[in-house]
Amino acid sequence: MERLDDKTRGLADEATGADVEALADSAAEVAVSPELAAGSLRDYLHVWLARLRAGESGALPVVIGMVVIAVIFQSLNSKFLTAGNIVNLLVQGAVFMMLALAEVFALLLGEIDLSAGFVAGVSGVVTAELLTTAHGSWPWWAAISAALLMCAAIGLLHGTLITRLGLPSFVVTLGGLLGWQGVMLAILGNGGTLPIQDKVVNDIANANLTPAASWIVTLVLVAAYALTTWRRAARRRARGLVAPPVGFTIIKIAGVAVAGVVLVLICNANRGVLVPIRGMPWVLLVVLAVATAWSILLGRTRFGRHVYAIGGNAEAARRSGIRLARVRTLCFVLASFTAGMAGIIYASRLRSVSTNIDGGTLVLYAVAAAVIGGTSLFGGRGKAIHAVLGGIVIAAIDNGMGLQGFSAASRNIVTAIVLIAAVTVDALARRNATTTR
Amino acid sequence: MRRVVGVGVHVGRDRLVVVPVPATASRGESLPGESPPSPGSRLLELRGVSKRFGPVLALRGVDLDVPAGKVTALAGDNGAGKSVLIKTIAGIHAPDGGQIYWQGRPVHIRTPRDAAALGIQTVYQDLALADNLDIVQNMFLGRERARAGLLDDDSMEMSATEALAGLSVTTVRSIRQPVASLSGGQRQAVAIARAVLWNSRLVIMDEPTAALGVAQTEMVLDLVRNLAGRGYAVLLISHNLHDVFVVADRIAILHLGRMVATGEIGDFDPQTVVDYMTFGRVDRHPDGH
Repeated sequence: MERLDDKTRGLADEATGADVEALADSAAEVAVSPELAAGSLRDYLHVWLARLRAGESGALPVVIGMVVIAVIFQSLNSKFLTAGNIVNLLVQGAVFMMLALAEVFALLLGEIDLSAGFVAGVSGVVTAELLTTAHGSWPWWAAISAALLMCAAIGLLHGTLITRLGLPSFVVTLGGLLGWQGVMLAILGNGGTLPIQDKVVNDIANANLTPAASWIVTLVLVAAYALTTWRRAARRRARGLVAPPVGFTIIKIAGVAVAGVVLVLICNANRGVLVPIRGMPWVLLVVLAVATAWSILLGRTRFGRHVYAIGGNAEAARRSGIRLARVRTLCFVLASFTAGMAGIIYASRLRSVSTNIDGGTLVLYAVAAAVIGGTSLFGGRGKAIHAVLGGIVIAAIDNGMGLQGFSAASRNIVTAIVLIAAVTVDALARRNATTTR
Repeated sequence: MRRVVGVGVHVGRDRLVVVPVPATASRGESLPGESPPSPGSRLLELRGVSKRFGPVLALRGVDLDVPAGKVTALAGDNGAGKSVLIKTIAGIHAPDGGQIYWQGRPVHIRTPRDAAALGIQTVYQDLALADNLDIVQNMFLGRERARAGLLDDDSMEMSATEALAGLSVTTVRSIRQPVASLSGGQRQAVAIARAVLWNSRLVIMDEPTAALGVAQTEMVLDLVRNLAGRGYAVLLISHNLHDVFVVADRIAILHLGRMVATGEIGDFDPQTVVDYMTFGRVDRHPDGH
């Protein structure tokens, strides 16, 4: 393997001076995805660094961001990195992660969905209303299904207006931002706050697995990930297809395993004050399940491929026979549907819904989370996992500043700065990518 | 006449190994080389085709023969009707009069889908590639292979590799690199490979060498010759007469919507082609004065 690569490199070096084409080729090298162009681990690192310089940074900024945030807040307040606070932060962040997952569908198209926050609000309120005795105490699953169906219908309305009438998504969903807030307030009436009595709904964001179950679930998930990743890479290598180096596959699997073990250790530490509280919150599994499902949908299906194609070059997609209107409408349906799930988590965490739901701030957090995670505002670039990583960063900022007792005013300002910074990184990366060609 | 020679650098050639294609790879699709049309046979014939846009007569009774295995160059000044003509063949414009024959049969090409069904693929000037997708994804865009709802990336990658190797495109470093990172010539090569990947017999190219450097132009012209050599009919629009004379077997010259001259490339020289393109006729004496 190593020798073959040396030979390839030799060939490449030989060719560099030979021909104009080689110049174009070496320029092309930098933007190549590292796991695809390199044969060995050393090559991989080399190409990865070259790619960084070209602005194709992937998940690196968000990881650096997490470390910086952790260091800053930990130095300000030693409570920040305690097990209790980290779990709390992740549970708070679940809403941001879920909303960011919703936003990814719009952003990948190069569109935006500003209504996600209040669509989530509508979902939470509808669920809570249906669970009350006034509406015959629907079973939890029926109430949740009804709320999610309603959100899907809202998405269908947005998508139809945007794709069939050709209205800008910005305007349609800005209308949604206002309109669905109105609907939410109308459903709630003058009551102000509506408590949720249903145990299952409240447990989504408030109950934990037992420590033993946390271990079992995590180990099963890590094993499943390791098995599929390893088998896929091995199959591609056996067929002579482009595959990451063996070392990289091992590092990737080891990284996920370590992350899983650390997460369980943190979750299983006692974080209760009066009574012991241990175990992994259910809501983390819910977010993980949705993120996995959407990853498969976007990465491994025709629909997902078409979403990326439309975001990258809508005209190319049209000429390839892709039905743009259908794919784009479905994206808005999925965005609102996912926002609906975020709304139920939000309601569950508070065990109630109220007129205080600030969908405007929530949607900005969601866009910020998706972009910080590495999803491009210009369409065609980004992954579901980016939304989850970005959601953790936003939650960490929100949580850390809350811990320090910052006012709402300064929290808004800092979040806005982080959002603008993330978009700036995105725009600069895009500019570098186009100039390398 | 100078024949174009291969200029590939062959960097990372070991990544373009031709591998056996599994049974799933040929689901109703034929890869280049599976069913080459017989060379020289009449593939596409246009008789008296006209097209009107309101008061403007864009095509006036155009006759054109595009044989298999030959490169037919379509020349003409700006506004001569070249684009309208290829769009009529590609199914974007429906002709107002005249008849199109495909392998001797009269056909009606009303949509791009009709054209694709006959085996006509167009490589547009702006290439119609999605920058954020890789080479394989672009080549199969809109006709991805899937198994049980999930994309069959392995089989697509093997077929794409084979198609590129069949066209002697060996300069790409990795077939999995995004097309944004390719040079102009490589992008053109991917667009061409994509056009021939699916049952096509006639490949229409609109200015394939515009905006390319010298070496890349040669690579693309080499590719065009290669296509004709494999039995495909190629209809090529180019402003660059040098390219036309290097690569074409036949030439057809449009002037103000009329076909003013057609024939073997050997019967023309650049000056007469320019005269036809500019004035629609040749006034000068055979000795060039």
